[in-house]
Parts: sequence; structure tokens; C-alpha cells
Amino acid sequence: MRSEWRGFKGTHWLEDVNVRDFVQNNYTEYNGDESFLAGPTEATNKLWGRLQELQKEERAKGGVLDMETEVVSGITAYKAAYISDDLKDLETVVGLQTDKPLKRAFMPYGGIRMAQEACTTYGYTPNPKFEQIFNEYRKTHNQGVFDAYTPEIRAARKNKIITGLPDTYGRGRIVGDYRRVALYGIDYLIEKKKEDLANCGCGVMTDDIIRQREELSEQIRALGQMKVMAQDYGFDISGPAKNAREAVQWLYFGYLAAIKTQNGAAMSVGRISTFLDIYIERDLKEGTLTESQAQELIDHLVMKFRMVKFARIPSYNQLFSGDPVWATLEMAGMGMDGRSMVTKNDFRFLHTLENMGPSPEPNLTVLYTKHLPEGFRKYSASISIRTSSVQYENDDVMRPIWGDDYSICCCVSATETGKEMQFFGARANLAKCLCYAINGGVDEKSLAQVGPEMRPITSEYLDFNEVMHKFDIMMDWLAGLYVNVLNLIQYMHDKYYYEAAEMALIDTDVRRTFATGIAGFSHVVDSLCAIKYAKVKCIRNEQGVVVDYETEGDFPRYGNDDDRADDIAVWLLKTFLTKIKKHHTYRNSEPTTSILTITSNVVYGKATGSLPDGRKAGEPLSPGANPSYGAEKSGLLASLNSVAKLPYEYALDGISNTQTISPDALGHDLAERTQNLVNVMDGYFERGAHHLNVNVFGTEKLIDAMEHPEKPEYANFTIRVSGYAVKFIDLTREQQLDVIARTCHKRM
Amino acid sequence: MTTARIHSMETFGSVDGPGVRFVLFLQGCRMRCRYCHNPDSWKLDGGEEKSAEEILNYALRYKSYWGTQGGITVSGGEPLLQIDFLLEFFKACKEAGIHTTIDTAAGPFTREVPFFSKFEKLMQYTDLLMVDVKDIDPERHLDLTRVKLDNIIDCLRFLDSISKPVWLRHVLVAGYTDDDGEILRFKEFAQSLHNVRKIEVLPYHSFGMYKWEALGMKYSLADVEPPSAERVEQVLNMLDAQSYPDYK
Repeated sequence: MRSEWRGFKGTHWLEDVNVRDFVQNNYTEYNGDESFLAGPTEATNKLWGRLQELQKEERAKGGVLDMETEVVSGITAYKAAYISDDLKDLETVVGLQTDKPLKRAFMPYGGIRMAQEACTTYGYTPNPKFEQIFNEYRKTHNQGVFDAYTPEIRAARKNKIITGLPDTYGRGRIVGDYRRVALYGIDYLIEKKKEDLANCGCGVMTDDIIRQREELSEQIRALGQMKVMAQDYGFDISGPAKNAREAVQWLYFGYLAAIKTQNGAAMSVGRISTFLDIYIERDLKEGTLTESQAQELIDHLVMKFRMVKFARIPSYNQLFSGDPVWATLEMAGMGMDGRSMVTKNDFRFLHTLENMGPSPEPNLTVLYTKHLPEGFRKYSASISIRTSSVQYENDDVMRPIWGDDYSICCCVSATETGKEMQFFGARANLAKCLCYAINGGVDEKSLAQVGPEMRPITSEYLDFNEVMHKFDIMMDWLAGLYVNVLNLIQYMHDKYYYEAAEMALIDTDVRRTFATGIAGFSHVVDSLCAIKYAKVKCIRNEQGVVVDYETEGDFPRYGNDDDRADDIAVWLLKTFLTKIKKHHTYRNSEPTTSILTITSNVVYGKATGSLPDGRKAGEPLSPGANPSYGAEKSGLLASLNSVAKLPYEYALDGISNTQTISPDALGHDLAERTQNLVNVMDGYFERGAHHLNVNVFGTEKLIDAMEHPEKPEYANFTIRVSGYAVKFIDLTREQQLDVIARTCHKRM
Repeated sequence: MTTARIHSMETFGSVDGPGVRFVLFLQGCRMRCRYCHNPDSWKLDGGEEKSAEEILNYALRYKSYWGTQGGITVSGGEPLLQIDFLLEFFKACKEAGIHTTIDTAAGPFTREVPFFSKFEKLMQYTDLLMVDVKDIDPERHLDLTRVKLDNIIDCLRFLDSISKPVWLRHVLVAGYTDDDGEILRFKEFAQSLHNVRKIEVLPYHSFGMYKWEALGMKYSLADVEPPSAERVEQVLNMLDAQSYPDYK
């Protein structure tokens, strides 16, 4: 056995690339509490202090500190660079995306126009030669997509019934197994990929074999470039890491290669905590590392994840407010053998929120089950109460489907690490679809014929059965169009913006999921309830298009643990996925769907007309799978029970739920609040729910932060929104108002 | 089957006894506390009627959140005014293995039958009582609540005699119930009992004021400010709250 692997157990992982086997054979369970943790070192304080100054400067400059205008980003595009030259000896983890901290790279392959606009928006002028290169000599993903779009797709896109399409930037959501770099070193990974290339196809050159061979060659090239990049920082990553510091550094180089080449909306880190703990434990045992040094390594790695930046355009920022990158990173979970996978390192990652204060990135995610050790559940809950920076996902519903080595590849979507990739894209606005069903495919805002020209509903009062019949037909149309738009986008992305660095760290025989999404979920459910249980009168304009509704009488609403409404919610989810599944999906991918909208619920709402549930035109849609504003009348747990009824098996891409609880409603003091929050999560996830964003603060604090963003205490004030965390003061005012308007669960 | 008159239900009670609790607020109260934040729960014949079985089935939807400590709390209004329902409801709760708590001001307590025999039986199905002593001084109690204090004290003595666990609560109202001398008398009284497991000091708040106005009644404490967190802490110290077993 190689000397770098001294003391490691197991055999499978020695013979093949198999990180899961390595982890299962070597990790050390930890059942204690947080008392072992170490505070920040002087180096951490200095580096983080410098970074906070830079972040302040960035905010003062309107959100962007610096931008590249001369160099096209790539794995080896830049020489070694550091947070600060005078502090570079303090950095235990090195590597920047560009030549300066927080400077945004120029990434044209998703779309040259977007790359240029991102620069000019912030007052930078990209070198004019790029205009010529990426229009005349080298096509981008964006051009490919628009070359193939049909008029029908363009209309659906323009009218925002399908929205958030990744046709101008990276699709993201591909998690390279960055641990492989640390465990095996680059040379072995190249050797294995070369074997795969040699065995790819029997010589008959079909489309898929040609494409696979080209992709493998690109992967091998990317691996070689990773070595060159690391070399410049003074590291030889051709072989395995021999201690914890190297393991952290090797792994980060893998991730760095990804974020130097791809600007996907979500660039997740993956499930690295338990893996890295194995190296730390070995060093601690060998006496070559102290707890304080171990924490420093994790703090510095997390600092790097807090620095990831991409150049974005204003319309993107409206969708995904606050500059998120979804550097999602998982902790905890259980093994298939029933052992908890909580290690000391899971505490260390959470502890970064204490050592360096709250932060939206990395998107810290606890894979939760009530079977996790109590010490960890309590520590995590107490961190949530103090920082509102952690999200929770139900390991008990994900483990049976994804095994015990899955990562979260965006906000809430699971993917088996190193074995799978995702074709992600966008959302179908089902609230708009309901309007189309009523109006015969005419858009309620633009009044254009966007959907199929169906007979519209002409009665004054809506009849439930008639609406359901037409809604079914309209959903069929939407699901078909949606899948086909995505097929087209994924094809072009593979062709023009292939993720060679990430795919090099994933098995060649990769499983692909095809991740669709739903927007406007709660409003459709409540609207159908209104039509069924109350009287809904149509208000038509001169052309006879229904532009508003008057609803008389009470009706059940989703979010109150009322089966009359919740059954419709379940029906809607199942029906939509079933319709998606009817269609052919690109590269034999497996279709899934999600109920998550990020902060895009505000923009989607703007494009959506009035609805029978009482929501007026232009008002924000409820985010993710959250019940609608003001619909929750029966308290927090009733709301949670409603969401928990949605069967995860029909939304394998995730069901996002964000709840804000006033501290006083959680208990009298931290100990009581911690215990009660643990109870809430134990109960919620026991009922089969998938995800929970936990915010603990009162509305007063939000209002004060909105009015006084300059107060130092709000500089890092982080809140969880649908699927990610964000600094509250970085949200647009509209989104701030939206967050404030949502139910804050409190008691009088 | 006995039905209850219900004011409201809360699925997530976190300050209504141990752990996470389902809280049932019953309709009807004879006290007229000046600071009452739920005066709409006074009327004896208001509220919605529901059976014990109906309520229990609904509450059980939240069992998974209760953990090892939580359960059901019946509050009010004054729950002891509906003792027949309580008996039936808590009996069913205990059969389902649920921790039961009554949040009461003990006003209806008397040693006379039929109430007393029912109360004795109810105690077999009750794990904890939270008893709110509005004021330890009989005259001031009468002024603050318009009902007498003696049977409330008697109730606590009885609960002590049967060793029934009790949390004592005291609402701190500046100028009314926060006099140092009264606090010390309350402390002595609490220490004379053997069944007190916790003392809670609830800072007065004026959130209920709008309800008084809505009901067309005059709110006599409009000028009273809520006590500071420091004062609450100080009173807890004066009461030696840390010495009780369920503290924290």
C-alpha cells in the first residue's frame, strides 16, 4: 500500500475509484458535544479580517469589487494568487479563482453577450477582441440554443410560463467528487479515465460513442491542467494527499478547477466533511496536528468557499438575489449500516459560523434524521437559532433512494457523489398554466396567444370540473414544451460548454437525472380549492380575457393540515411529474421534479396575473413548497404537516420549505429553544418531509435591517430564503419586503 | 359524550409546559384580570363545540413533534370550568400515553362535591398543573381579578397534599404585582409547598389591548409599561427560581 494511505482500512477503494468505500471503512463516529471545539487562530482572524474589509469595499462599489476584462477564465488561466501578499504565509489553504480575491472572472462560453453585459453593468469594458472571437470564430452555448429555439419556445420564454432557463450561463448542479483528488492523486485518475477511453465503444462510431470519446479526452486534459494549476501554487497533486492539510488542499484544487471553468447557478462542494475528518483524525492520532490547527484548516477552507464569485447580469441578480453560488456542503447523515456519519468535522464546519460569524456560503446543509446523535442535533439547532445559516434535509427519505454518499447539488437536490450528474433547468409556472387553461392559451398579461388555441372558459362563475379538464390539457402542453426546451438546452450545453473538470471527477458511466421544477405551487392548490369550495367569479377585459377574479366565501387552503387542500397539493405534484415522464429526455436521463423557486418567486410573481385564490396580479408567488402568504392559520406545525404530506418520491429534486420562527415562540432561553427546535425537526422529518430552512428572528429585526443596512450588526446578518442563505441587506428592497411579508410564526 | 367549548387551538406551543405542546384553549372564564390578553375567552357560552375524541384525533397529528417531554396542555379561558370535559379528555389522553398539563388560575376550585370528587379523579389523569397566582395578597388579588384568592391557595395546598407536580406562574405587572414585599411573600408561600417544580415569571405585555377595544371595554392598564428583562431576572432571583428541579 502507498505510504500516503498508511493506517487506512478496506480493500475495494484500493482497487477502483470508490470514495464511498474508503469513507465507510475509515471514519470515526463522534457522539459527544461541542466542548472539544477550538476558537479561531490568529491567522484566521487576520485573514478573515482582511476578507471582511474586501467585502465591505465590494458592497460600497455596488456589489462587485473587480472584474476581469482581458483574460478568458480557465483552469490554468492565472498564476498563483493569494488573499493578500503580506498574509500569504498564513493561508493554510491556497487558491483563487482569478489573480485577485473577489475579482470576477470573464466566462464567455455560456454566452458572450452575458459575459460582456456583466462587465459593462459594473463599469468595466471587456477587450473588444472577445466580441469577434466569440461571435465569429467560436460559438457559445447561448448562440447554439437560440439557433435551435422554435417560435413557440421563444413565446413561452418571453411570457415567462417557462422561466429561469439556463440558456445564457452554465447549467451548474454538477458536483465533481473533489475528494478523489485527495484520495488518489491526479495521475491515478488520469490512468483510470484513459482505461475508460480505451474501452469506450467497439469501434462503431455512433453519436453517443463519438461524444463520449470526445468528452473523455476533454476530461483527461482537464485533469492534466489541474496538476499544472496546483504546481504553480507549489503543490504536486499527481499522487494522493499524505496528511490532512494536503487532503484539504488537494480537494480544494479540484473544486477550484470547477469554479474557474463553469459559472453555473449552483456550484456545490458536496459531501466532504466526513471524508476530511478521516485525515484529520489520523493526523491527530499521529500527533502532527492539534485541534486548533484542524479547525484552522476547516476555517480557511470555508473562507475560500465564502469567496466564490461569478460575474452576473442584472436580470440574473433579480432571479437569484444576493450573489449566491450554492457552494452547498453537507454534514451528518447515516450510513447504510445504521452508523451515524457524524464526525468531529461536522461540528467544525458548523463552528465556522461562530469563528467567522454567520455567512450565506458555503450553503451548510445538515442531512438530518432523529437518529443522529443528540449532541450534534442540539449543537446544530443552537447554531441555527444564533445564525439562521443552516438548512436541513431529511436523510431518512433520501438515503433509501440515493444511498449514503449523496451530495446536494443545488439548494435541496440530491445526487450520488461521483456517480451522477444532473441536467437542470428552470421552472414551469403552473399558476400561469392555470390562467392559460381558463383563457384558452392566451397570456393574461401580454394577451398574446402563447399556449395552444383552446376554447376558453366563458361562464361567469368557474366550474371546478370544467377548469380541471382544461387545466389537465394545458399542463400536458406545458410539460411537453418544457421537457423539449430543456432537451435542447442540455444538448447545446454539452456541445459548447461541457463541464470537463467536474465530469473528470465523476464515473464515466454516469447516471443522469433530468431536473424539472414547479413554480406557483401553493397558489394553484388554493385556487383550485377556491373554485371547488367557494364561488369564483371571472372579471374579463374588453377582449374577453379573464384578468381578475372575485372569490365569494371561505375555502380550505394548503398549509393548515387540512386534507381537502393538501390532497389537491399531492394530486398536483403527482400529475405534473407523470406528464413530464411521458416525454423523451435527453441522453436517457431520468426525469424528476422539484418544488423550489429560490428568490425567483418575486420575479415569477411579477409575470403572473391575478389568481382565484385572491393573489393579485404581480404579487410574489409563494416560494418553493411554502403555503401562500397569510394562508397559514393554524400555527407552525399545521403548516409543516401540510408540506410533509407531499411525497418525496414524486419530487426527487426536492421540496423546499422555509420557515421563520420568532425566538420567543421557540422558548424562553437558548437551552429551551434548542430543545424545542430539535423536537420540531424530529417531528417534521419523521413525517417524511424533505427539507426545512430554519430562520430564527423576529420581523422587527428584518424591518430595522431594511431601514438601517449600514448598522455594523447587519453586515453579515444572514437569513435562509428558499434553498439558500443570503445576507439580508444584499436582497433587493422588493425581496426584503417579500421576506418580511411572509408569516413569522409567533405567539402572543 | 361531553363536548368542550373551544376558544382556539395552537399546534405549536413551546412555552406552555415542558417541551413542544399542543395547546387547547377553552372558552369561558370568571376572572376579570385587568391585564387579560384574551378577554374574548371570558364569555361562558361562546366558542365552538367539539368532542374530546375529535380534539384528541386532531392533536395526535402533532405527536411526532412532542418528543419525550412534550404533550397536550389545556389552557383557557379557565379550563377547570369545563371539568367534565377535561376528565373525559385527559382520560383518553392518558390511554394514548400523552403527557397532560392544565394551565389554570384555579379559580373554580372548591372542596365541595361534585367539583371536588371530579377534581380528585382528574388529578389521576393530569401530569402537571401550571397555576397562575395573580397576586399573593388577597385584597390586591380581588382588585386585580375580581375574584377571591383563598380557594386558589387552598387548591395549591390540596395539590401539595397529593404531591401533584406544579409550576407556579406569576405575571409581573409594574405597579400592580411587582412590589418587592409581595414577591417575597410569594416566595415564602412557594417554599411552604413541596410539590413546586418550577417558578415562571411572565413579563406583562399589552398585546391584548386591542381585543379590549374591539370588545368595547376600557383597558385600565393602558399606561403600564412591560417590565425590563433585568427586572424579570431580578424577580426570578428573589424567588430563588433556580432552586426548583424543573428550572432549565
